[in-house]
Amino acid sequence: MKNSALGRTYADKECIIRQGDVGDCMYVVQTGKVEVVREEGGVEVLLAVLDEGDFFGEMALFEQDVRSASVCSRGESRVLTVDKKTLLGRVQEDPSLAFNILRTLSNRIRKLNAELVRARGRSRT
Amino acid sequence: MRKPQRGPSLADSLTSLPQAKSSDLSLEDGSEIAVIGGGPAGSFFSYFVLGQAKRVGLDIRVDIYEPRRFDESGPSGCNHCGGIISESLVQILAAEGINIPPDVVQRGIDSYMLHTDVGSIRIDTPLVEKRIAAVFRGAGPSGLGESSWSSFDAYLLNLAVSKGAQVRRKLVSGVEFEAGRPHLRSPDGLNKGYDLVAVATGVTSNFFQLIDDLEIGYRPPRTVKTFICEFQLGSETIQAQLGTSMHVFLLDIPGLEFAAVIPKGDYATMCLLGHDIDNQMVEAFLASPEVKGCFPNPEMIPEHVCFCFPRINVQSAVQPFGDRVVLVGDCGVARLYKDGIGSAYRTSKAAAKTAVLHGIAMEDFKQHYWPACRTIAKDNRIGKFIFAFNHLFQGRRFSQRAVLRMTSWEQQKKEGPQFMSMVLWDLFTGSAPYREILRRTFHPSFWIPFAWNLVAAVFSRGGGKKIGRPL
Repeated sequence: MKNSALGRTYADKECIIRQGDVGDCMYVVQTGKVEVVREEGGVEVLLAVLDEGDFFGEMALFEQDVRSASVCSRGESRVLTVDKKTLLGRVQEDPSLAFNILRTLSNRIRKLNAELVRARGRSRT
Repeated sequence: MRKPQRGPSLADSLTSLPQAKSSDLSLEDGSEIAVIGGGPAGSFFSYFVLGQAKRVGLDIRVDIYEPRRFDESGPSGCNHCGGIISESLVQILAAEGINIPPDVVQRGIDSYMLHTDVGSIRIDTPLVEKRIAAVFRGAGPSGLGESSWSSFDAYLLNLAVSKGAQVRRKLVSGVEFEAGRPHLRSPDGLNKGYDLVAVATGVTSNFFQLIDDLEIGYRPPRTVKTFICEFQLGSETIQAQLGTSMHVFLLDIPGLEFAAVIPKGDYATMCLLGHDIDNQMVEAFLASPEVKGCFPNPEMIPEHVCFCFPRINVQSAVQPFGDRVVLVGDCGVARLYKDGIGSAYRTSKAAAKTAVLHGIAMEDFKQHYWPACRTIAKDNRIGKFIFAFNHLFQGRRFSQRAVLRMTSWEQQKKEGPQFMSMVLWDLFTGSAPYREILRRTFHPSFWIPFAWNLVAAVFSRGGGKKIGRPL
């Protein structure tokens, strides 16, 4: 079924987006896994591992800023690009299309809050 | 310490505005909805109505009436369609969280091969990425044995079931109002009342004609006959002959608007759209050298293993809604010649949102559902104009040469705008509305090089050289 999956194939460790690049697309993992990595002061920190159905790069839809982290393939993966123009054009007609993205962002904020609480707890001790 | 109060949820905020009901007819906890037809329109409607209801805390029940089993090969499980999911719909569904699985996608399409009477040209997707899905609506053509692929319609139906819809394997033979509620009837004695009936039967069956009897002011859409057939070529031959390109034909055959050969797993699907396609037109099409060139032995095109003459919606229905009744997908409004599954998605979602957030009276559908349909219908009028214009070009060899020359020049450039390529791409893929395609053709960067290529094509008419590059 090599011809059947949608999107583009990325080899192991191949980067789909790079931290600092300007972007205007969101991405959805179709098959395989990808790693979200942020480099800070020469140190790479693994932020998340995303799986089939997960999306990334959505900040580019809402902000005109550079990519905040790199996303690279863990093993071979297949990733679909979602154009900003296509998506936002449709969101104008049907705002509820953004619901799935907002729900995921909301979950991520919840996880970040939990991480922050844990980190502050560690720094106090 | 004061107890923290729970604020409104994101769902509440998103839905607070439209929650003001404009009529007394609305869905309540325990309301029952019947969906007649389990194709894409019926499945999308069920999926979105259940999803929206859950967001606003409404407990409703949805029964989908679908006697066919889409996991059966041949006509019994087929919905008679070319089976292309457009580039924009693939992306929008992914944003909705609906990712079409690889076992449903028979082949990912990343390019188009345009064939005319004077040559062929390949048009690549701007990102060189497979974002168009070639699928089988059922489990595949007649005689197909064990298959590693799944049906697109079965996949969508299962999505609706995963949201809580119930599938009832019954043939609905009529709808009648009793005490103000629509009742469904079936030949085996079913007589069940519902709060809302969503009709999603398409235009291939005659069921939607029965809606006339409900006297809601509905007039069925105008339809024309098309032709679809399947050739069993084997996946290696398909890869070698057709690759991952959809092959589109703009040939000077009277009555033929558009034709395509779509590569799938082991099969190639051929679709002819136009003005009441008949056997004579099919034979004329198959006899053209451009079509023969798509097959391994141009002198001997294999017999098709399955064929049909389904009808498609070419002019919207009038008033596809009433109190407690709404028609979605092809039996209401569909995009002209293209992206039928995309219009099923749009109309079904608009109807589902209306039912949950606004109400189920005729006025609610008129105010909140009909605008989505009207946008498609208005765009179709522009589409008719574009196809009429295209027809003029189709019948003249010098204009075909001009289109190919300009597209070839754009495709060989590595950078810069590609006006003709994008116009053709969006026209064939159904990715952009027709108004957007028309707008692009008004741009001077389209017209100036095109005028130059028209002049050049007039003076190069003797050549008859095939333009473009091979697959």
